Amino acid sequence: MSTQHSDRRADLVAAPAHFPRREVALFSALLVAVLGVYALMGTAYSTRMLVEAACYAILALGLTIQWGYAGQFNAGVMGFVALGGFSAMAFSVPVNEAFWASELPGELGLALLYLVAAVLVVFGATRLDRLGVPRRLRTLIAVALAVVLYIAVIGTLRGVTDQIESRVDFVGGLGLPPWLGWIVGGALAGGVGYFIGKICLGLRSDYLAIATLGIAEIIKAFLKNSDWLTRGTATVSPLPWPTPGPAELGFTLARALYLSLTAVLIALIFFLLHRAYHAPWGRMIRAIRDNEISAAAMGKDINRRRLEIFVLGCILMGIGGGVLGTFNSLFDPQGYLPLNHTFLVLVMVILGGPGNNLGTIFGAVAVYIIWIMSEPLALFLMELAVSVGESAFGWEVVGNLDSRALQARVFVIGLLITLVLRFAPKGLLPEKVIHHG
Amino acid sequence: MNELVFFINNVVIAGSVTGSIYAIGAVGVTLVFSIMRFAHFAHADMMTFGAFMVLLLTLLFPSAGSAVGLPTAVVMLPLAMLLTATLAVGIDRAFYKPLRAHGVKPIVMVIASLGVTLMLQGLIRLFAGTGGQSLYIDDRKEIFRLALPFEGVRAPIVITEPQIILFVLTIAAVVGLHLFLSRSRLGKAMRAMSDNPDLAQASGINTNLIVAVTWVIAGGLAAIAGTLLSLDVTFKPDLSFFILLPIFAAAIVGGVGHPFGAIAGGFVVGFAETLAVFNWSVLLRPFRDSLPEWLAQAGNLAFVGTEYKIVVPFFILVAILVWRPTGIFKGKVI
Repeated sequence: MSTQHSDRRADLVAAPAHFPRREVALFSALLVAVLGVYALMGTAYSTRMLVEAACYAILALGLTIQWGYAGQFNAGVMGFVALGGFSAMAFSVPVNEAFWASELPGELGLALLYLVAAVLVVFGATRLDRLGVPRRLRTLIAVALAVVLYIAVIGTLRGVTDQIESRVDFVGGLGLPPWLGWIVGGALAGGVGYFIGKICLGLRSDYLAIATLGIAEIIKAFLKNSDWLTRGTATVSPLPWPTPGPAELGFTLARALYLSLTAVLIALIFFLLHRAYHAPWGRMIRAIRDNEISAAAMGKDINRRRLEIFVLGCILMGIGGGVLGTFNSLFDPQGYLPLNHTFLVLVMVILGGPGNNLGTIFGAVAVYIIWIMSEPLALFLMELAVSVGESAFGWEVVGNLDSRALQARVFVIGLLITLVLRFAPKGLLPEKVIHHG
Repeated sequence: MNELVFFINNVVIAGSVTGSIYAIGAVGVTLVFSIMRFAHFAHADMMTFGAFMVLLLTLLFPSAGSAVGLPTAVVMLPLAMLLTATLAVGIDRAFYKPLRAHGVKPIVMVIASLGVTLMLQGLIRLFAGTGGQSLYIDDRKEIFRLALPFEGVRAPIVITEPQIILFVLTIAAVVGLHLFLSRSRLGKAMRAMSDNPDLAQASGINTNLIVAVTWVIAGGLAAIAGTLLSLDVTFKPDLSFFILLPIFAAAIVGGVGHPFGAIAGGFVVGFAETLAVFNWSVLLRPFRDSLPEWLAQAGNLAFVGTEYKIVVPFFILVAILVWRPTGIFKGKVI
């Protein structure tokens, strides 16, 4: 055994390790940019930016294993982020005594029991053919049962939730530590990811993009309209932090503490992903990505591996969404936007280097700094254009200039995506492919 | 009988309207899918772009319609179709063609089309703002009320002018497309290329030309669909992600690569949406006395609330992907 460890076979040695010039140059540039922001905008603001960038880095790591490791495109990061945020909210917000003191929890529990029972009955009906019922009749029975039970259960549920909304505002939280919410958020996101992945991963890759785009909008619609669960548009705040909050330590110190917490989290995730990438499992995933047919010929269960990695990515997104939601200290379902929570993450991954964890983290921080700084820049440019236009051509100023200027950022993100795909398809820090022999 | 009229107004007419819009959108998506082999996410924003062009042209020439006797927006539609088609070809040249030349995977094209979506969204909202706006600038929306010649029917069947225009245009577009695909040389070449691009190229078909023609048709249809949608309600610059899901669901339900399947799929999705949000207790009202009490007392028997409308196309999409991924008309699995 010892000989195998000491002299590695020549054909397994990676390309000669050289000084990582590119990484050092890019990260020093990033450090300069961060210091510049600190000098310009003050410590409290800049630390907040860094914490948010760190949360986005977790999301980006989730996407990079889906897109970079396995070539699956998830167009619904927003939905998983929202699930994580919801879970963080539901676990950490104080208990609503008025709700638990009334008879409503029992009624809600009963309605949910009805739901479970209905699901079981319908599931049983789909298995009737094993008892000798003809298949067509079974389908008919199952569909009819599903429709009737659905209407009955949803009616009961609507009654209870209306009562909750009118009498006690909303169900409130559980008053537990936020990190528990993050973990459950990851599990929730993973569960939704499993459902989507199970349906779409055996099919063409475009279908996954369509389905994830849809589920993200559905999750958002659900969280926005379920006032009894989330207070909907009325929003929930403040969410307690796991670290001492700004009230005790002041903004800068509290945010710095939160930043160190997220940094530890990222380091942990980074380490685990690094190990997984270099493990046989990681090699298998990349083999499937690069040549599906030959991987299948080697006896790899392609759909199962794909499902594994998709669910893993979704779990990371759920955790990241929880961390982000807790930091914002506000749960606002309408604040989840495809642009901020799906496409920004996508740009981070494809610009930084899909499949390269270090590149992804670089991309996350760099793109987030550009994103945050582009807001004042866009407003400034718009005002400049208007003042020039007014003096030179006598333009009339249109209203809602601010909201329009921000739309320019949408254009820039879109342009960035197409340009990166065309001119730097592997990102700034490309994945290092180890060549054997 | 009043309840039946209510049903016709709220389901038959409304469903056909949504169905036609989804159908025209889905045809464009399915054509691009079958020729270029990727899901074109920017289609919804091409629709918005077409409607926006109509809005601009209508603002420029507000009285052009009264000369012909049609709403100005409809008169301006051909011009807007032309502009949108040009845009589609331009986008292809600038963004998709270089990627195609590199031979990238289809999923990379999907991401590129999402980038294009964002660019179009940004541009449209930069110029149009984010609020809604009616396409009827100078004209008045005509509303026709057809009273039924029956005893005791008070409610008339209501149909608006844009809805009639919509039905006429949908039929015209479908017939035109059918003639083009089945009779003309270019249409046959398109079908050949959708079946087997390599073989089509080897037998002397100019694939670049076919790609350009596909974009022209897709852009033109997108302009029609967007304008009709905006005529029926109002012009909204931020529809795209909500309209995208039903359109893709329609294309997949019909079988990818089948223009006529896409039309059927569009109507399936459109009617499913309207049926799902329809309050069925209205239809039960005449039989109130003979029903069990719990059913007669139920105030709201809609399957989903209007706020969850987007669940319906998603559910259809999931169902078709689980049971029949090739679509009801056996499309290709490309």
